[in-house]
Amino acid sequence: MFEIVHKRRLSDAVFEMGVTAPAVARKVRAGQFLMLRVDEAGERIPLTFSDWSAEEGWVRFVFMRVGKTTHKLSHLEVGDALADLVGPLGVPTHTESLGRVAVVGGGVGAAVAYPVARAMAESGADVTVILGARTKDLLVLEDEFRALGLRELIVTTDDGSAGRKDLVTAPLKELCDAAAIDHAFAVGPAIMMKFCAETTRPYSIPTTVSLNPIMVDGTGMCGACRVSVGGETRFGCVDGPDFDGHAVDFEELMSRQRVYTDDERLADAEYTRECSCRP
Amino acid sequence: MPPVERHKPSRAPRTPMPEREAAERARDFDEVALGYDEEQARAEAERCLQCKNPTCIAGCPVNIDIKSFIGHIIDGDYADGVAVLKERNALPAVCGRVCPQEEQCEVACVLARKGEPVAIGRLERFLGDHDLACEIEHRCRPTVGADTGRSVAVVGSGPAGLACAGELRRLGHAVTVYESLHALGGVLTYGIPEFRLPKAIVRSEIEMLAEMGVRFETDAVIGATYTVDELMDDLGHDAVFVANGAGLPVFMGIPGENLNGVYSANEFLTRVNLMRAYEFPSADTPVWRGRKVAVVGGGNVAMDSARTALRLGAQEVFLVYRRSEDEMPARREEVHHARDEGVQFKMLCSPQEILGRDGWVTGLVATRMELGEPDESGRRSPVCVMGSEFTIDCDTVIMAIGTRANPLLSASTPDLELSRRGYIVADENGTTSKPGVFAGGDIVTGSATVILAMGAGKKAARAIDRWLDERAR
Ligand SMILES: Cc1cc2nc3c(=O)[nH]c(=O)nc-3n(C[C@H](O)[C@H](O)[C@H](O)COP(=O)(O)OP(=O)(O)OC[C@H]3O[C@@H](n4cnc5c(N)ncnc54)[C@H](O)[C@@H]3O)c2cc1C
Ligand SMILES: Cc1cc2nc3c(=O)[nH]c(=O)nc-3n(C[C@H](O)[C@H](O)[C@H](O)COP(=O)(O)OP(=O)(O)OC[C@H]3O[C@@H](n4cnc5c(N)ncnc54)[C@H](O)[C@@H]3O)c2cc1C
Ligand code: SF4
Ligand code: SF4
Ligand code: FES
Repeated sequence: MFEIVHKRRLSDAVFEMGVTAPAVARKVRAGQFLMLRVDEAGERIPLTFSDWSAEEGWVRFVFMRVGKTTHKLSHLEVGDALADLVGPLGVPTHTESLGRVAVVGGGVGAAVAYPVARAMAESGADVTVILGARTKDLLVLEDEFRALGLRELIVTTDDGSAGRKDLVTAPLKELCDAAAIDHAFAVGPAIMMKFCAETTRPYSIPTTVSLNPIMVDGTGMCGACRVSVGGETRFGCVDGPDFDGHAVDFEELMSRQRVYTDDERLADAEYTRECSCRP
Repeated sequence: MPPVERHKPSRAPRTPMPEREAAERARDFDEVALGYDEEQARAEAERCLQCKNPTCIAGCPVNIDIKSFIGHIIDGDYADGVAVLKERNALPAVCGRVCPQEEQCEVACVLARKGEPVAIGRLERFLGDHDLACEIEHRCRPTVGADTGRSVAVVGSGPAGLACAGELRRLGHAVTVYESLHALGGVLTYGIPEFRLPKAIVRSEIEMLAEMGVRFETDAVIGATYTVDELMDDLGHDAVFVANGAGLPVFMGIPGENLNGVYSANEFLTRVNLMRAYEFPSADTPVWRGRKVAVVGGGNVAMDSARTALRLGAQEVFLVYRRSEDEMPARREEVHHARDEGVQFKMLCSPQEILGRDGWVTGLVATRMELGEPDESGRRSPVCVMGSEFTIDCDTVIMAIGTRANPLLSASTPDLELSRRGYIVADENGTTSKPGVFAGGDIVTGSATVILAMGAGKKAARAIDRWLDERAR
C-alpha cells in the first residue's frame, strides 16, 4: 500500500524518499509530519514531509541515517513498501502574513525548512534562508531552495567547505542587527535551535522552532513527546511541533532525547552486523 | 429450548482456576490464569441452580442469558453455549478474562449471598476459548443480514467499535473501521498486557469480524487523515460511529515529572504491548527497564504497569496509592496477583515531587495520608498528615492516574457537542448533537470497562440502523 516510488541519495547519510499515500497527500500542509514503520517489528518514527503531490498521491521526506530504523529505511528501494505511514500529524506551521522572515535549517532540518520557506514565499513573505551543515557533503536541497525566489540564500558550513565558514547564528545575528527581519523560524538539531533562539532573544524577534522530541504514537496518546514551554508541559506531537523558541526548555529536550541512547546503539550495532553484506 | 430441567445442582465449593506459580509467571509475559479444562468447567457449571428467576442476568451490562449458557455447559453442548454468548457479546474470550465479574454478574448470582457465586466469568472464558480453538470455519459465526446498500464508518477499533461493527454487519450494513494505530483492538491491544489477555485472542476475535465482512483501515487518524465530515461526504458513509476511547494520559503536575524515567502508563504499556519492547532488540522499540519502579495509582492500569515492570526485570516495584487498599478501583483478582508476584503496596501515600540527578529519576517524595470523611462518591477522602514526607528510592516512575478525552477528532468536528471535560455528549443510544454521528464507549463515559464499551457499541448499532431507516423514509 505505502509503495516507495522515489529514492534519491542526497549525501552519504541523507536520503530523500517518495511514498504513495493518496489520502495523506491530500491533506499535508507545511510543517506537518508523518509516523512510519518500516516493517512488522519496526519502531514508529516521526519524519517531516518535505514535499507532496495531492494530484499524484505521493508524499516525500528526507531522512538522515542515524540509527536502526533510518538504517533499515535506507536499504529500501523503489518498488518496496513501508509497513505503515500515518499522517498528516501536528499543527501546520504558521506561514501567512509574516513580512520579513529568516528561515534557518540545520543539517537535515533543511528538508523541514524547505516546505515552510516555500509556503511563506508563496504567501508573499520576504524570505531569507540560512542553511547550515557541518560540511559541504551534508548540505541538502540547496538547488530546490534556489528555485523558490528568496530574498537571499545564505549557506554556512562549520569547515568552510561550502558557503561561509560559520555557524548559522552568525548570519542570523547580522540580519537582526540590520533590523532586516520581523520573524525567525529555525529547525535542526536541538542545540542549533537553542542558539538561534538565544540570538534573536535580545532583539525580541519572535522565533518559532520545530521541536523533535522522541515520539511513539504521534497522536497525543502517550506523552513521550512532552516538552516544557514557558513552564508548562506540552505534547510535541499535537500541540507542536512548532513552539515559541524563547519559551522552550532546550536542556530538558536534549536530555529527554538521550533516554534510549545505549539501547539505540545496541540495536543499530546488531542490525549492522546482520546486514553487513549491504553497507 | 430450555436446557436441563432434570439438573441437580452440586454443592461443591467454587472450582478454583489453575494459575501459574507467582515466582515463575512474574518473569515472563505468558498468561497467568490458565482457564478451566472440561472437567473443571462441568464441575463449576453443575453448581449453578438454573434458577427459575435468574438474578445473575440483570448483573451483566449486556444481559447475557447466563443461565442458558451454563445449562449448555452442563449438557456438554458447547457450540450452543457459544451461540448464546455471541447473541449478546461479540468477544466472550475477552470478557471472560477481563470483566469485573465480582461487581457485575457474579455479585448478582443468588449463590453470592452465601459467599460463593457461580464463576460465571471463568465459564464464559471456557466457552470463548473453546470457540477460538476451532478452525475458523467451525467457529460460531453470527449470521450476516441481507445487504442493505448502506455503509457506516466506525472510528476506533477498541471494544466499542468492534461490537458496533459486528452488530451492524448482522443488520446487513457495510462497515469500515478506521483505526489510527497500525494495529487493531484499542486498549485490548495496546493497554491490557499479554499475561492477562493474550493478543492472539484479540486477533482471532477480529479475524471473525473480518470474515463477517467488516473492512478495517489502519493508519487512519480521523481528524487528520480524514475528518468526520469527509467520511460522510467524500468516502460515502451514511453514518459514523465514534469510539475513539479516552486515551490522553494525565500527569500530576508535580515537580520532576519530565525527568527521564518518568512514564505515563499509556506510554509504558504501549511500548511493551503494542511495540513489543520486551522483545527488544529483535523488535525495534526500546523501553527503559528500571530496577526500582514506583507506579502511582490504584486501578487496573496501575496493576498492569506494576506487573509489567516486574516482568521487565525490576528488582522492586512499589504501588503508590493515595487511598487505602479497600478503595482501589482495580479488580480484586488483579490486586492479589500483583501482591503474590511481589509488588509492594504503599497505601495512603500521595506523591509530591520526583527527585532527579543529571536528568534521571532518583526518587519519589510522598506524604502519608489519613482517611477522612466519605466524599460524594462515598469513598473516604484522604487528607495529608503534616510533616510526614518520605522518599521512595527509585529510578522509574509510572503515572497511572487516569486518562482524558483526546481532542484530535473533536477539534476537527466543531458541530459535535462536548461536555465540559471534552467528552462527546450522547444519549443512551449513542445519538450525538450531529445528525448521522453516534458515539459510545470511553469517549462518552470516560474510562470505564470493556463490557460497557461493547454494550454501548451494540446499542448504537441498533440506533444507527433505525436512523438510517427513518432517513430513507
Ligand atoms: C516531529 C519530528 C520530525 C522529524 N523530522 C525528521 C526529518 O524530516 N528528517 C530526519 O532525518 N529526522 C527527523 N526527525 C528525527 C527522526 O525521527 C529520528 O532521527 C529517527 O526517529 C531516528 O530513528 P533511528 O531508529 O534511525 O535512530 P535511533 O538510533 O533510534 O535514534 C537516533 C536519534 O533519534 C532520536 N529518536 C529515536 N527514536 C525517535 C522517535 N521515535 N521519535 C523522535 N526521535 C527519535 C533519538 O533521540 C536519537 O537521538 C524528526 C523528529 C520529530 C519528532
Ligand atoms: C491498562 C488498562 C487495563 C484495563 N483493564 C481493564 C479490565 O481488566 N477490565 C475492563 O473491563 N476494562 C479494563 N480497562 C478499560 C477498558 O479497556 C476500556 O474501558 C475500553 O477499552 C474502552 O473501549 P473503547 O472502545 O471505548 O476505547 P479504546 O479501547 O480506547 O479504543 C479506542 C480506539 O480508537 C483509536 N482511536 C483514537 N483516536 C482515533 C482517531 N482520531 N481516529 C481513529 N482511531 C482513533 C485508538 O487507537 C483505539 O484503538 C483497562 C484499560 C487500560 C488502559
Ligand atoms: S460479559 Fe462480563 S458481566 Fe456479562 S456475563 Fe460475561 S463476565 Fe459477566
Ligand atoms: S443466579 Fe447464579 S445460580 Fe442462578 S442461574 Fe444465575 S448463575 Fe446460576
Ligand atoms: S508521541 Fe505520544 S503523545 Fe506525542
